[in-house]
Amino acid sequence: MSRLRDWLVSAAVLLAGRGRAHRRREPERIVAPTEPRPRSELAVVFLLLLSAAFAAGVPIIYALDPPRFTQVLGASLGLSLAFLSAALIVAGSRLIPDEQLEEDYPEESSREQAAVAEIVEESSSGFTRKKLLGSVAALTGGALGVAFLTPAVSLGPVFNTRQLYDTPWRRGRRLVDENGKPIAAGDVETKGFYTAYPEGADREELGSPLVVVRLDPRELALPAGREDWAPEGILAFSKICTHAGCAISLYRVPTFEPVQPEPALVCPCHYSTFDPATGGSVLFGPAGRPLPQLPLLVDESGDLRAAGNFDQPIGPSWWGVRLREPT
Amino acid sequence: MIRKAVRVVDQRTGTAPFLRKALRYVFPDHWSFLLGEVALYSFIVLVATGIYLTFFFDPSTERVVYHGPYEPLQGVEMSRAYQSVVQLSLQVKAGLLIRQMHHWAANVFVVAIVLHLLRIFFTGAFRKPRELTYYIGLTMLALSLLEGYLGYSLADDLLSGMGLAIGYAVALSIPFVGGNLALLIWDGEFPGSQDFWPRMYATHVLFLPVAIGVLIGLHLFLVASRHHTQFQGPRKTQRKVIGTPTVPGQAPRSLGLMAGVASLLFLLGGLVQINPVWLWGPYETGLSTNGAQPDWYLGWLIGGLRLMPPWEPHAWGYTFVPNPFWGGVTFPLVVFGTLFAWPTIERRLTGDRGFHNILDRPRDAPHRTAFGLAFVSWVVLVFFFGSADRVTVFFGLSYVNQLYAYWVVVWVLPVLVYAVTLRVCRGVQRKELVDAEQERAEAEARAATAPEI
Amino acid sequence: MSLVLLAAFAAPATASAQEKVGIVRPDNEGALSDSELGRQLYAGNCSSCHGSNGEGVVGEPAEGAGDIQALGPPLRGAGEGTVDFYLRTGYMPLPDPTQVPHRTRVLFNEREIRALVAYVGSFGSGLPIPEPQPGNGRVSEGLRLFTEHCAGCHQVVAAGGYVTDVRVPPLSQATARQIAQAVRIGPYVMPRFSDKAISDEELDSIVAYVQAAQHPHDEGGWGIGHIGPVPEGMVAWLLGGSLLVLLCAVIGKRIKQ
Repeated sequence: MSRLRDWLVSAAVLLAGRGRAHRRREPERIVAPTEPRPRSELAVVFLLLLSAAFAAGVPIIYALDPPRFTQVLGASLGLSLAFLSAALIVAGSRLIPDEQLEEDYPEESSREQAAVAEIVEESSSGFTRKKLLGSVAALTGGALGVAFLTPAVSLGPVFNTRQLYDTPWRRGRRLVDENGKPIAAGDVETKGFYTAYPEGADREELGSPLVVVRLDPRELALPAGREDWAPEGILAFSKICTHAGCAISLYRVPTFEPVQPEPALVCPCHYSTFDPATGGSVLFGPAGRPLPQLPLLVDESGDLRAAGNFDQPIGPSWWGVRLREPT
Repeated sequence: MIRKAVRVVDQRTGTAPFLRKALRYVFPDHWSFLLGEVALYSFIVLVATGIYLTFFFDPSTERVVYHGPYEPLQGVEMSRAYQSVVQLSLQVKAGLLIRQMHHWAANVFVVAIVLHLLRIFFTGAFRKPRELTYYIGLTMLALSLLEGYLGYSLADDLLSGMGLAIGYAVALSIPFVGGNLALLIWDGEFPGSQDFWPRMYATHVLFLPVAIGVLIGLHLFLVASRHHTQFQGPRKTQRKVIGTPTVPGQAPRSLGLMAGVASLLFLLGGLVQINPVWLWGPYETGLSTNGAQPDWYLGWLIGGLRLMPPWEPHAWGYTFVPNPFWGGVTFPLVVFGTLFAWPTIERRLTGDRGFHNILDRPRDAPHRTAFGLAFVSWVVLVFFFGSADRVTVFFGLSYVNQLYAYWVVVWVLPVLVYAVTLRVCRGVQRKELVDAEQERAEAEARAATAPEI
Repeated sequence: MSLVLLAAFAAPATASAQEKVGIVRPDNEGALSDSELGRQLYAGNCSSCHGSNGEGVVGEPAEGAGDIQALGPPLRGAGEGTVDFYLRTGYMPLPDPTQVPHRTRVLFNEREIRALVAYVGSFGSGLPIPEPQPGNGRVSEGLRLFTEHCAGCHQVVAAGGYVTDVRVPPLSQATARQIAQAVRIGPYVMPRFSDKAISDEELDSIVAYVQAAQHPHDEGGWGIGHIGPVPEGMVAWLLGGSLLVLLCAVIGKRIKQ
């Protein structure tokens, strides 16, 4: 009798257990399952093939060298990647299981914080003069830092700010045009706009380029001391704007004074506007200094020469720009 | 087969536990979280295209004469640097495509960073424990502006040369040390010695990309370490984040975004011309052109430089503040300073020192949103003035009148924006409360009247 | 508020974009000789500002049509080249002397222009009508000269620009003759470049360059205006930025309830 009972119990256990074992035999998935979508798969295949086609076109385009090469090549690669992008987006939204998982944010404070602090504190248990050692270590660190940074001084003439006052202009230096030809005073006409350089000097130097204009001498109102700086009304100014260093390549000069704006030298960068008649004073714009004027003289041949250096250093302002005369 | 590959790799690297976590890392689902990725993919395009360009560009200021196929430059003297860019653009197959992609990618990179920054700011994602991530992001933004500036200046064309002169003036304008600093950087007076160009090149090609790359790595590490924030929603809490795992859900999305960004950059690079330096001609200190502008992400600075009145305080021969300092240094310092200081400012003003993993909807932080919009409007107004002369050229509006108007508007409008935004936020909040009340009342009413079934 | 501001700005713009009041022509044109036609056209359209004999109206403004105070420079010594330029570009007649001359529809016909040119040219010899030969010029020389003398106002590919208080026109519609004329005249507030400043050979090169710049070499695709970073930034934001945001919106999604 107990044997039958054993058999019955075993059978029951087996039967019940089989169901569970059935479920247990199915492996637990990490990634959730998703229904297959064959049509979307085909769409992805199609998009990938389009992408491949445009990509395959690239070596062909290279070989054929069609006109508008840059446009054709860019379009081909662009479209290839666009279709690849589309394929990935379709795959991502239609073929990939849509899972909304949960994850814990990390702990706000790790339990190891105390241990880390302890390691550092306990390591210094052998020190009796922590403050002194600390200060001296900081001093050494600072000194080493300065030492490592010192070679940076070689990057440029960092202490030689005197060169910022230098210009190539001297009394007697002849004005030449962009072709190297001397500029005759008689060739400078009213309503004309001329660029000049110092003869024999480096044109790229900021102090080199000048703008030259001629005004009616009766219209001039130059600052005191510059009365003879503009022979026949011919004025020369540094071409480099005193605001931020762009070349002043704009000259506004009226055909008919009663209704048109007065003559002005203008910079195209921030529109600093300078008045030649008053020796380069600022009419409008952010420039903080007037445009430096170069005194002129007319030599025996009738050519224009500098009669000295500018009235002030040229170029954008800096700490010492008003401290010295130009050299 | 996959199992074998994983086993082989893990036995030699020990990366399986890390991969187990990384593959199932949970990403929040909102689209605005993808903006940072757009920036990342733009950066990858920048590096890839940039490497290609280094094989052709020659950072030399040696004078050469052009003898290539482009007629307007035939026989023109120029630097080797400029010549190499023109040659790459007009004679190397795919050279122009890669060069234009590189330049478009730089512009798009900063667009993406700015959009990403706006999302971070207006949702309060910079709050504890993510302040460090935020500071790194701001640093990357600042470095990217410099990187772009150096990049387009390397071509030595007329427009970018003018921009370098202005950079020189801004360096000079720093009180007391400006002269020394400018001479140090340029190795002498502008345009600098023959060492200056290789210096710019090394910075653009090596130092800044490495710096930005390292910061990107740190930034991503911190994002993952503290985990992404998330918007409020059902089951989403301070402690639990809900979203899509890297594999398989997020991966095709991110890869699709990467392909999409690359696609856009290829299309722009091939179809829309950018910085056609052969049209501008080479730079000389005595030359300039009308309509010269920096790339858009420096437009706020030219706006600042143009907007300033001619203030240049000086006394006893010392020029305390040369004019370009205001627009070129003070203004960006104020902007970046405010952005850097904001998490601290907000913490002080609200007294909120808690951890925040849940994002604010902008309306839920009315003062931050109002300040943010006001601040943005301030910067944007200065930015717009930077191209006011183009407005004059196209629409005939007087530049001088625009200047005077902006002097007023640039301060008045942000105040208005603040006030209006505050009201709108509060209004929307109130409406939400009222709607919620109403729903609750209706639900109660329904429950009360529902007949016993 | 922005609308008020816009209106305040637009007012000066519309004032300067006043409609031309039209020209006065004699009824019996066909019967007139060229010189008589020129005289009558001048009397009807130019003399109120430029004086009955081209002496100009300086000092006391004369009463012009409507409320316009008539003022104008003398035309003695202007020369046929100058008159030809101002008429063929439509800069003249200018309804209001304070208005900025700009390229407009030319209302005179060919015979009328020739007649006026001959008549005003007879006021005294001045600039002849130039005959530039851009074929003799070199475009590369022209780029160098144009950048040196012109790009500051006109922009390096002649897309136009701004000088304080004055809009500078783009040169997209300028003919070779008009380019040469403008260089030699210095119209409105433009400087004047005589043949001592820019020789005739150099002028040929400048003309050749401007003509080339009217169709710039757009190897890179859509030229977006050829003025550099402003339209480039617009493309980056409006095209690039919006497309990328759209892409993100398509890819990302809100969590389903």
